[in-house]
Amino acid sequence: MDKFEKLTGIAAPMPLVNIDTDMIIPKRFLKSIKRTGFGVSLFDEMRYNRDGSEIPDFVLNMPQYRDAEILIAGDNFGCGSSREHAPWAIKDFGIKAIVSTSFADIFYNNCFKNGILPIVMPQDVVDVLMKDAEKGANARMTVDLENQTITTSDGESFAFEVDAFKKHCLMNGLDDIGLTMEKASAIDTFESKAAQERPWV
Amino acid sequence: MSPKTLYDKIWDAHVVSEDADGTCLLYIDRHLVHEVTSPQAFEGLRMTGRTVRAPEKTIAVPDHNVPTTLGRENPDQMPEDSRIQVAALDTNAKEFGIHYYPVTDVRQGIVHIVGPEQGWTLPGMTVVCGDSHTATHGAFGALAHGIGTSEVEHVLATQTLIQKKSKNMKVEITGKLRPGVTAKDITLAVIGATGTGGGTGYVIEYCGEAIRDLSMEGRMTVCNMAIEGGARAGLIAPDEKTFEYVKGRPHAPKGAQFEAALAWWKTLFTDEGAHFDKVVTLKGEEIEPVVTWGTSPEDVLPISSVVPAPESFKGGKVDAARRSIEYMGLTAGQKLTDIEIDTVFIGSCTNGRIEDLRAAAAIVEGKKIKVGRAMVVPGSGLVRAQAEEEGLDKIFTDAGFEWRMAGCSMCLAMNPDQLSENERCASTSNRNFEGRQGFKGRTHLVSPAMAAAAALTGHLTDVRELM
Repeated sequence: MDKFEKLTGIAAPMPLVNIDTDMIIPKRFLKSIKRTGFGVSLFDEMRYNRDGSEIPDFVLNMPQYRDAEILIAGDNFGCGSSREHAPWAIKDFGIKAIVSTSFADIFYNNCFKNGILPIVMPQDVVDVLMKDAEKGANARMTVDLENQTITTSDGESFAFEVDAFKKHCLMNGLDDIGLTMEKASAIDTFESKAAQERPWV
Repeated sequence: MSPKTLYDKIWDAHVVSEDADGTCLLYIDRHLVHEVTSPQAFEGLRMTGRTVRAPEKTIAVPDHNVPTTLGRENPDQMPEDSRIQVAALDTNAKEFGIHYYPVTDVRQGIVHIVGPEQGWTLPGMTVVCGDSHTATHGAFGALAHGIGTSEVEHVLATQTLIQKKSKNMKVEITGKLRPGVTAKDITLAVIGATGTGGGTGYVIEYCGEAIRDLSMEGRMTVCNMAIEGGARAGLIAPDEKTFEYVKGRPHAPKGAQFEAALAWWKTLFTDEGAHFDKVVTLKGEEIEPVVTWGTSPEDVLPISSVVPAPESFKGGKVDAARRSIEYMGLTAGQKLTDIEIDTVFIGSCTNGRIEDLRAAAAIVEGKKIKVGRAMVVPGSGLVRAQAEEEGLDKIFTDAGFEWRMAGCSMCLAMNPDQLSENERCASTSNRNFEGRQGFKGRTHLVSPAMAAAAALTGHLTDVRELM
């Protein structure tokens, strides 16, 4: 997994609430058996007309946001299905951090498995960041994971919370399956004990 | 010992190890797998030379892509990309030696219907699947939730998940439901009350007289949509109904093992005085048959209502409601019962069980549909067989419904069962998101009885008028 340390980039504003995983990546793109190549289909139905032409007023089609690396989003971002194709598409597009007042649980976890940092901020901070993002390409924000801060183009800085273990994995690009496999003996012990206590499982 | 919730008890019984910051390794008793969210996980195992740690606890079934038409064993019925995905599951199941129900097996069906039906899902278990509606299995008092593909790979390789414990939330439905009101109306009414983010960070325990009165099928419907309320999982404490349902299922324990299991299952309830971080209470007798008007499951109202004005909401929801109403082709103030329906879909992991088909058939019997198309898609081959034994298929086909083979079908429209642009559907599924049932398709979520009523009248209808 790619490491995430510090990022300075363009932030795109998407104030709509309840942006769901069907919006992020519609199901017709779920038939791939690969993890890559979804970026072009990110937000497909909001981004393209049926003939494949771009919808010009969709935020990521605007010239100033085409290279966005940060998304400032409305409440409850990523609700709906467990499809990891959603963070795959976001990452493949080039977005590495998302800020919202809340994220759906499964989507939030899926982000960390793919080198994406989801940041939860209170409404008043999201409002400030949204305004900053609306300035366009000249307004570059900085997300600093080590110091847990996000800084606007005006230099206004806000602290955010992140789980220490998730931060550690993200900063070091760790494969958590490898980490868990180091605990194989604890899993063996649990299985033997469970086999005694609940043999029907 | 301090009193524990049902969630606390199941959690504690599955902790393999705990770090100082509360990050736990949680043991997984059952891993359900389908064709859409698993191919990359199996590929990951191959690339790293890993294997499936507990193939005997891993169960796979193709459901999302499969056609629901007769003769579907013929591969020509599937587009190439779907065929590749189903073929990948075939290969992976064989190569890694996991339990498998191929499309030709009468036991095939939606993974969340097959699991309980075959006795894979038991009280007190941890159950995961790369599918958000895994919450369904919570009806048995199992801790069950959806995971992403990276976590699917993690469970395949280690039979564990890295987790932090969620908070406890209690949703109590007191009293009795009125006639015509079902489990689907309960679960939608709860989401209407809490919002789609109301359960975020929590595991919900549903309780109260109205929940206890539900059948196992109804309880599965309630828990199924816990995810639509944002909760990690929904749970219902097991009771005699649960034990009765489980007993005798192919993979449920037998004889002395069953008795031993039963003794433990009977301890699975929330202790008196246990702490809940959030409590929501609804009165069962006040719940009406409901319907969604917008493009989020929280956009729910009693059938007697009108389409709301966007200005009646607060904050970001004002724009979202405006967008929803435009997408749905509705007008604020319009009576919900005036909304004309093109298509009716009865099925899905929310409402594709035998009780759902019986409820719909009871409304439909002896009448004819007035919508352009209506389909019943049983949740599994066994549900289909049982319905045919009871003559329900005849009731549906006589009325003009299509009688299909089992699968996810139009709930997420990954197979050919899709809405066309602006086609309006009364659907017993779980999501009314934009494009969910087909590009620009319009979905109104309802109970099976309400879907049947809409099929007969051609518009959204209060089913109580037909009872």
